[in-house]
Amino acid sequence: MKTAIETHNLTVSYNRRPVLWNIDFEIPKGQITGIIGPNGSGKTTLLKAIMGLLKPSSGYTKLFNKDLNEVREKISYVPQRESVDWDFPASVMDIVLMGRYKSSNLFKRIKQSDRDIAAEALEKVNMLEYSDRQISQLSGGQQQRVFIARSLAHGADLYIMDEPFVGVDAATEEAILNLLTEMKNQGKTVVVVHHDLQTAKDYFDWIVLLNTRLVAAGPKEEIFNEKLLQEAYGGKLNVLSKVGELIKEKDFPVRERK
Amino acid sequence: MNDLFQFFSFSDPNVRYVTLGTMVLAATAAMVGSFSFLRKRALVGDAIAHSILPGVCLAFMVSGSKNPLVLIIGAIITGWISLLVIDGISRTTKLKNDAAIGIVLSVFFGLGILLLTSIQHSGNASQAGLDKFLFGKAASLTKDDIITFSSIGIVLIIVVLLFYKEFKLISFNPDYAKVIGLPVKFLEFILATITVLAVAVGIQAVGVVLMAALLITPASGARFWTHRLGNMIVIAMVFGALSGFFGSYISYVAPNMPTGPWVVMCLSILAIGSIWFAPKRGMLAKYKIQAENKKKILVENVLKLFYHLGESSNNFEAERSIDELLATRDLRKIELNRGLQLLRKDNSVRLKEGNWYITSKGLNEAKRVIKLHRLWEMYLNQRLKLEPDHVHNDAEAIEHIITPELEKQLEKELNYPIKDPHESIIPYNKD
Repeated sequence: MKTAIETHNLTVSYNRRPVLWNIDFEIPKGQITGIIGPNGSGKTTLLKAIMGLLKPSSGYTKLFNKDLNEVREKISYVPQRESVDWDFPASVMDIVLMGRYKSSNLFKRIKQSDRDIAAEALEKVNMLEYSDRQISQLSGGQQQRVFIARSLAHGADLYIMDEPFVGVDAATEEAILNLLTEMKNQGKTVVVVHHDLQTAKDYFDWIVLLNTRLVAAGPKEEIFNEKLLQEAYGGKLNVLSKVGELIKEKDFPVRERK
Repeated sequence: MNDLFQFFSFSDPNVRYVTLGTMVLAATAAMVGSFSFLRKRALVGDAIAHSILPGVCLAFMVSGSKNPLVLIIGAIITGWISLLVIDGISRTTKLKNDAAIGIVLSVFFGLGILLLTSIQHSGNASQAGLDKFLFGKAASLTKDDIITFSSIGIVLIIVVLLFYKEFKLISFNPDYAKVIGLPVKFLEFILATITVLAVAVGIQAVGVVLMAALLITPASGARFWTHRLGNMIVIAMVFGALSGFFGSYISYVAPNMPTGPWVVMCLSILAIGSIWFAPKRGMLAKYKIQAENKKKILVENVLKLFYHLGESSNNFEAERSIDELLATRDLRKIELNRGLQLLRKDNSVRLKEGNWYITSKGLNEAKRVIKLHRLWEMYLNQRLKLEPDHVHNDAEAIEHIITPELEKQLEKELNYPIKDPHESIIPYNKD
């Protein structure tokens, strides 16, 4: 198995409270992986730590066996739809073109070739006819598709999506699922944060089951059993939560030294 | 009239300086402020403006000169420190950003007033005019000032042009910018620096207290007119420049009138005007839509009166008196009359010897509304499993907004039902 993402002993705090404890797993290349867990289980925090948006208190992440900074251009991120203000004065095209921004073209203007790539990405999510539409006029599903088009315009080997299925219509859900399969067929790796247990089994090949700690990670056939699901969804570990509270309250370090 | 001519001839160099200077200041502040506005940092500009005062005073105390460049350097230093302190407070303490802004703003401003007072009592003759920073000194701008301000303004415009697309991204979705490896910290530093610069320059015209208006008001007004960031910034700059122009004009015509506050007044008028009159997003446009909705509801309800009466008497073409129409439905007489008049213009109803009857055009329209009402009742009953006695009120409202596309979808999904949950017949137009 070739590895796309590997986390080692990852502990991440949010507002000084550890929300992820010692997460240790590998995600295979070329598969669709779901990061699953109940609300507040640290799924988004895990993504943010992987993408370098949050600094872990301990541990590290490797992407394609390298540090994030070496492989940034190969990774594309689809943040949660609600994480931005959609009343921003911009058109659909403007947002998708952001996928073409790079640290290497800081001062440069957007070229026609970038526009072509962005239009192609919009076509893939069936949104091309909306390219001049103001983003505040989009439905939730359309917003989600714009975000996915942006990540397609960026182009990558690894796509990381945060809750793309939340609050979207059936058409969007289908469009996303088709894309996921297409990406997989092209040998891309897709990692999706997802909270709905019902659909997870149909969507993903590989599952990371999370509830502030790693419950299990592996092929979905191994993960979907009563015992593991009960463990993940059957509530938090009481003592672990209390220790987390204590760390926050006393402003205590998670590691003696780093 | 003579004043007007003299002002617009710009023969008086003073008028030129004041007008041009104020316009440049207001326009650049509007440009930079557009980003503060979109990043929801409207109050940060206010904090910077207040925090600049101690910097100006310190720069004067150290250098002993009132050279605008020297004062601006002092202003930038304390302006920047205030930003760092706000950031530090909200990051390391439990205090939220608004509290941090409030604290920093008042502490720095207090310090500035202390320094200003001590300078004024130091007996240093050249200090006269330093207090103008409190309320601005647009009316006494000099040629040197204009050159300094314009150069800074040009620098600011170049910076914004250079980093335009990056500023756009970090205003919309900073996390994404970080992930794709843009130097977000650096970009935020640049954006903060040009904000401090714009404020440091701008307070010379309107003063510390009114500076926030110069940053935020043009952007908030401009937002109503466009959905494009580029256009919004240009409109904001035009608003700024116009206000600078008229502010200078008013204070020229009425010499006792201060320029700065008038600039802010003009800006406010433009912004309030935008909030009211902008197409689509403006309040007036919204009221218009609501009024049109009301009209549509009234007209369709009146048509339904004819249909219901026709249905129960099995005579749709009969002439009806006002009293007969009023008896079928809880409708005020004045509303009924208005609805009838509107429908008459439309050839949907006609008046004959004091009685009203419905035309075939009106009847078709009435059938459509009745059909939508009963289809929706069916839908609620079958899909939402609502009891038949719970569906009527909902359908009363929904019947008016269902589009032809939704109508087709409803018909298909319900398989063209003949009767509604109350066993009333659903009328289909035969075409």
